[in-house]
Amino acid sequence: MLKVVAIMFCGMGAGYLLRKCRLGIVSALVMVFIWLLLFFLGLEVGANPRIISAIQELGLEALLLSLAGIAGSVTLAWALWRFASRKKSSSHEQKGGQS
Amino acid sequence: MKGSLIIVGFFVLGIVCGLYHWLPDVVMQSDISFYVLCALMFFVGMSVGSNTSALKSFKKLNPRLALLPLMTIVGTLAGCSIVALLLPHRSLADCLAVGSGFGYYSLSSIFITRYCGPELGMVALLANIVREVFTLLGAPLLVRYFGPLSPISVGGATTMDTTLPIITRCSGNDFVILSIFHGFIVDFSVPFLVTFFCSL
Repeated sequence: MLKVVAIMFCGMGAGYLLRKCRLGIVSALVMVFIWLLLFFLGLEVGANPRIISAIQELGLEALLLSLAGIAGSVTLAWALWRFASRKKSSSHEQKGGQS
Repeated sequence: MKGSLIIVGFFVLGIVCGLYHWLPDVVMQSDISFYVLCALMFFVGMSVGSNTSALKSFKKLNPRLALLPLMTIVGTLAGCSIVALLLPHRSLADCLAVGSGFGYYSLSSIFITRYCGPELGMVALLANIVREVFTLLGAPLLVRYFGPLSPISVGGATTMDTTLPIITRCSGNDFVILSIFHGFIVDFSVPFLVTFFCSL
């Protein structure tokens, strides 16, 4: 696992050094690798009869987990918004800045 | 949206090929997916490292609102740990690993498949797709009831790319930089948190 994270840091260094070049091909490559890996994930899922037979149960678990995660993050985001707009009622805008 | 459909399409194609054993077993047993993962992470790092203009614009951020990524991470993990109590056959670490995808379904499900097995990987893929779709569809209502920060928080790691347009429209232009900053930080935390929870 550490290997993968270390490789990402190498990539960041390379990206920083090459920041002046056009790197349009990088996002295209990222896309292609994601397609390939999701295809491999599908292969593993499809070849595993245990997963295929439990697919409804897994779907329900997924729904439960994502709704709980959404509820938790919305609660804290709402609390932060209340906190930020109460203390500094006029300074929540971030003006300017193109990215 | 079209990009997401293509990704799901590849996943479904993989399932069909796996179900009917269309590919030789060599492909399944080899370590190709690990090398592809390494290459992917290298290029993900490259796109982050070369994006210095985004880093510079973060200086204009209101320091209080800069806490939003932390709120997203803590809130999501808190919600998922409650679900862990309801699912006796899933460990707390498994549930937290799925939650740590923060909507970044492609990368998180790949990581989880690699380190926790394809069953949990499947759960992670579905759970994080739901999160992205929920952001895209629910943003207007979220803004109305929970304030302009809520769709950014729900969007998780996707708020600097796929869900940025809808957030800009619903929360307003004032939140573009915050949204990009939030996506950047949460995105970055995904590989760390997912591998951490998978190794527990």
